Amino acid sequence: MQRRTFIATAGLSLAFSLTASVAAWAENATLKIGFVGVTSGPAAAWGISNQRSMETRAAWLNELGGVQIGDTTYNIEIVAFDDQKDPKRAIAGMEKMAQDGIHYVVGPNVDDGAAAVRPVAEQNGIMYFPYAFPKELYTAPASNAILGMVANYQSGPAIYKHLMETKGVKKVAFVAANESDPLSQRDSGVEAAKALGLEVVSDSVTYQVDTTDFTPVLLPVIQSAPDLLVLSGVSPANAPQLIRSARELGYTGLISTETAQDAQVLQEGAGELANGFISVGGASTPELASDAMKEFVERYTAMFGEYNDESNTKVYALEYIIETLKANPAAIDNVEEFKKTMDTFEAANPFMVGDAKLTYVGTSSFGQKRQVSVPLVVNEFQNGAFQTLFVAKVD
Amino acid sequence: MEQILANGLYLGAQYALIALGLTLIFSLMNVLNFAHGQMYVMGGFVTYTVVAQFGLPFIVGLLASAVVLAVIGAVCERFLFRTVIKRSKREESTMLLAAGIAFFLDAVILLVFGEKQRGVPKIVDGVFNWDMRLIMPYDRILIGALAIAMVVGFILFMQYSRTGRAMRALAQDRMAAQLMGVDVDRYSMIGFALGAMLAGIVGGLLVTITGINLGMGGPTSVKAFLMIMIGGAGVISGAIAGGFILGMMESIGLTLLAAYGDVTYLAIFATLLVFLAIRPQGLMGKPWG
Repeated sequence: MQRRTFIATAGLSLAFSLTASVAAWAENATLKIGFVGVTSGPAAAWGISNQRSMETRAAWLNELGGVQIGDTTYNIEIVAFDDQKDPKRAIAGMEKMAQDGIHYVVGPNVDDGAAAVRPVAEQNGIMYFPYAFPKELYTAPASNAILGMVANYQSGPAIYKHLMETKGVKKVAFVAANESDPLSQRDSGVEAAKALGLEVVSDSVTYQVDTTDFTPVLLPVIQSAPDLLVLSGVSPANAPQLIRSARELGYTGLISTETAQDAQVLQEGAGELANGFISVGGASTPELASDAMKEFVERYTAMFGEYNDESNTKVYALEYIIETLKANPAAIDNVEEFKKTMDTFEAANPFMVGDAKLTYVGTSSFGQKRQVSVPLVVNEFQNGAFQTLFVAKVD
Repeated sequence: MEQILANGLYLGAQYALIALGLTLIFSLMNVLNFAHGQMYVMGGFVTYTVVAQFGLPFIVGLLASAVVLAVIGAVCERFLFRTVIKRSKREESTMLLAAGIAFFLDAVILLVFGEKQRGVPKIVDGVFNWDMRLIMPYDRILIGALAIAMVVGFILFMQYSRTGRAMRALAQDRMAAQLMGVDVDRYSMIGFALGAMLAGIVGGLLVTITGINLGMGGPTSVKAFLMIMIGGAGVISGAIAGGFILGMMESIGLTLLAAYGDVTYLAIFATLLVFLAIRPQGLMGKPWG
């Protein structure tokens, strides 16, 4: 009898707690945050790491009971749209966000998509966080776009200067995919290198993103004998192949890029040939990662089976949106309020150790604060893992 | 010049192997398999999983790719293409089906293998360097030689085996082959499986060099179609010729036109337009089909 009573009591308790948690979930209002970016095709890794970072963080916050903004507690819902790296699809995605009443969108991932959605975002009161570098998106009169990472024209000069001072680099060569983002990154990289006094020995060689053999592509570049080979805007898919081909052609100089890379992809694709490769990273180096960042990585891995190092940067956009809304609840459906808050906004950075802050920056590059402040971490790949080369700040 | 020729031969060998599977399926069933590139990608991921995840030898991974893709090809033919061909006389029905399979495989690959670029360790270390005039890593030489050996093996199989002869008969005249007692359904399925298997094997071979990622399917299909347009659709020798010609054009263009930016494929497409205007059936194709 006692056993029966125990089972009945336990069952009732379980049912009650489940009901209570469902009721708590149901009680919360929903805050929809959009994502418009590329989650299919060759550049899928860029957008998928964005979307999964957002979904991981949203699930975590919801599990903690939601996010309190003003007097209301919200559960975060991520509404995602795959733009297939096509500007027309990006516009359709941003229009969908507007129809769903969404005011805060992360993405798009590339220059032409980010430029294409600008009118839709401005007409429909949407703030968006592109991972694209054209300055006109962030410079007045534009005001709705916030750069979600460190731009190559900010990281490139820092990397070149560091390598000039520490490795004696004098000659540099650039190679880029024949697409708008890598080409514009190459051009600004060339400009920055020349401004620093470097000799640019090759900057005209480009390649198709679907190239299967980079030996003929890199041969003329390597023959120009640079001290530093810059892979402008290189995608994680192409980086290992380019590094491998360059090394197999006998190149022994330095190789760098201003895009984020994934350590496992480099290890699988190039192995020890990738040792010494320099790239831009995020906040999860052992020296910088807080316990929250480590937990984020664990949760991401548990949800999706494998972590993507690009998420070290992409974890930030959602955090900025939520924390800015917390700072000014009136911005929940009014982006003008959001813009006003950005100028003075400051909150603790949960993903970095120490007293790091979340703040908006970009005044020196754009004349207004239209960039999230993420640490400029420059990594060097060594034996399957990234090691921090140096850390700098934008602005 | 030596380097250009070596690069062209290496590229040509892998391209020819990709084009063979596509042209085989087209010649047997008059189906333009838009999913051929996705089958190539699937083959690469299967080899990656067997070698990098399970730690088994590369040859096991390659065999696994061949078997898995042959099964996928056979299933596609038996349950999808055969049904559609029997129910619809319109050629675009099979094209739409092939495109649908391509999207489906893309989604399956994303779900099963993820979005990241994958690769397996080099199967042979070291680089052949002939006085800086010809530089070629040993693994590329090996993969190129394997690809050429497989092309030769395929030709011999089609020429001298009973199955190969039956498939050639089917390709020449389906009705006549049927009247002569060839089991059309059986050999269509074998042909489709063989075509898919070839795609899978190339994917498996190249995962050691170029790696593999979700987005490689579409561009691979486009290149395969280019090759059979050059060589002539449905002609085995045409696919081989198309592969080597495209490989050589790419190698020459990338070296000689490097100073003018990425104009190699622009030049290839422009040349192809002129060529097809003069000879629309390709080098070895027949104008009547």
